[in-house]
Amino acid sequence: MPRSDAVTAGEQHDFGAALLDPDLPLPEGIVGPHGKKAEKRFAVYRNNVTVSLINALADIFPAVQRLVGEDFFRDMARLYIAKEPPGSAVIFEYGGGFAAFLQNFEPLSRYPYLADVARLEKAWLAAFHAADAAPLQPETLAVIPPNGLAEIRFTAHPAARILQSPFAAVSIFTASREQRPLDGIKPATHEDGLITRPFDAVEVRQLPPGAAKFLGALIAGDPLGEAAGHTMADHPGFDLPAAISAMLEAGVFSACSASQPNPEHTP
Amino acid sequence: MTQVAPTSPIVTTSRFPDGPLPPRAGAGLKPEHIDAILADDYRIGFLEVHAENYMGDGGPAHRGLEAIRVKFPLSVHGVGLSIGSESGINPDHLERLARVVERYEPAMVSEHLAWSSHDAGYFNDLLPVPYNARTLDRVVAHIGQIQDRLKRPILLENPSTYVAFEQTTMSETDFIREIAQKSGCGLLLDINNVFVSATNHGWKPMHYLRDFPLELVEEIHLAGHAEDTDDEGDLLLIDAHDRPVSNEVWKLYEIVISQAGALPTLVEWDNDVPEWPVLRREARLADAILARLGPASLLGSRHAAE
Repeated sequence: MPRSDAVTAGEQHDFGAALLDPDLPLPEGIVGPHGKKAEKRFAVYRNNVTVSLINALADIFPAVQRLVGEDFFRDMARLYIAKEPPGSAVIFEYGGGFAAFLQNFEPLSRYPYLADVARLEKAWLAAFHAADAAPLQPETLAVIPPNGLAEIRFTAHPAARILQSPFAAVSIFTASREQRPLDGIKPATHEDGLITRPFDAVEVRQLPPGAAKFLGALIAGDPLGEAAGHTMADHPGFDLPAAISAMLEAGVFSACSASQPNPEHTP
Repeated sequence: MTQVAPTSPIVTTSRFPDGPLPPRAGAGLKPEHIDAILADDYRIGFLEVHAENYMGDGGPAHRGLEAIRVKFPLSVHGVGLSIGSESGINPDHLERLARVVERYEPAMVSEHLAWSSHDAGYFNDLLPVPYNARTLDRVVAHIGQIQDRLKRPILLENPSTYVAFEQTTMSETDFIREIAQKSGCGLLLDINNVFVSATNHGWKPMHYLRDFPLELVEEIHLAGHAEDTDDEGDLLLIDAHDRPVSNEVWKLYEIVISQAGALPTLVEWDNDVPEWPVLRREARLADAILARLGPASLLGSRHAAE
């Protein structure tokens, strides 16, 4: 007999809870055929969910997996999944809280740079899937008269991201993704990373001192003169022409405008 | 000279060739196969993608699929709409699916008779529903909602399952037939799922196929399965998609094609994905069966004539 709504409401809630917690009993009403048991049968779903999500995290965070080792990564991922299952079916968006999880994961407390490596991997994937746009061409900038340059504002390319880390996160990320040893990298060195997708391939660069502040200000919509002035006040040796040429080569921006301020950033 | 008419906004400028899925073998598209598929002398009948992999705004994944779509018919197969969900269809996810469909103009859109999301989150697996009047109403309403948004009928795929429900009051085939009749959706018959579920629940696959509304089937799925054991030590099959199609499933496929006629047939291989030639070999086996048995079928060449 079908049960009443009152009894069966939320049966998927119980099913879902039991999927993520093997200590919970089988959800009510789950049986094998012809009076057979269903423990091992239900375990197939538990296994599918856990293994597929561990595999998804391994795909999203390959550098972290290589740094901690596959077995450790899979055991740790299992704990993360139970704590923070995906919020949507778009699996490449999963793992937003993984960096924070790593940061607070006691067994990894001697490797504090791992969280920023994970943040770089999330930024890499976000850049991979970001909207398409042609990078700003140097010629566009070249036609602006010199006395108008200070007032130029830029539109960030959808893939552009900056990550500032108190650790050598960029060097460690790059070495791990290229399957190189970490020899010679001092983890406690401050590094800033720039993630872009200039020619439909994601690129990660390390930024010179001051460039993160400079590019961050431009991405936020500040005019070029203001961003340069603030940056050089903090970093007197900041090489502005080199930074401009590097940002164009990296494809940080998709457009620029000579005069109109971005309304969102006007007081 | 007459005046030049202003450009009409009604004129559609499709970037892609139009037309249905051909009654031939297709393959589940893996990005690592794209170059080999485009360079191959063997022309696969169509390709199928999981919609969720193309829900990003842009980037290289879309370049790859665009290159395929200009050359081949495409089927978009959703794995995340959670049609059987108690908490309803997620409107954001339906919008994301609609965007993929608008972007690629696929010949077919399909989803599963399953659920995968609840308030607690997304489980990344196709979970079973009990077959009864209450689930039926829910699934029919959800399919209606999807078809209204996409402005086209979808295909619903029969599941592979490992457990049963005390709350079940109908057979799977009756349940699916009634959903199709009430919602107007077509059906995707996954023959590996039939074999897996039949083994796991002690049905006869032939009885299932005899009861299944073959006249509503517009696409077939084939895949490989793994073997495990249940609580009693009996054979339990796992829908693993990690190996070639089994001999038993090929035999059932021959029976379906000789009955229903040639139908677009997808070979799925989602885990331990091999090189393209291995998947192509499976597709060619399906093509050979379609060519040999399709024209002589009972229901005839209804699909080829469409």
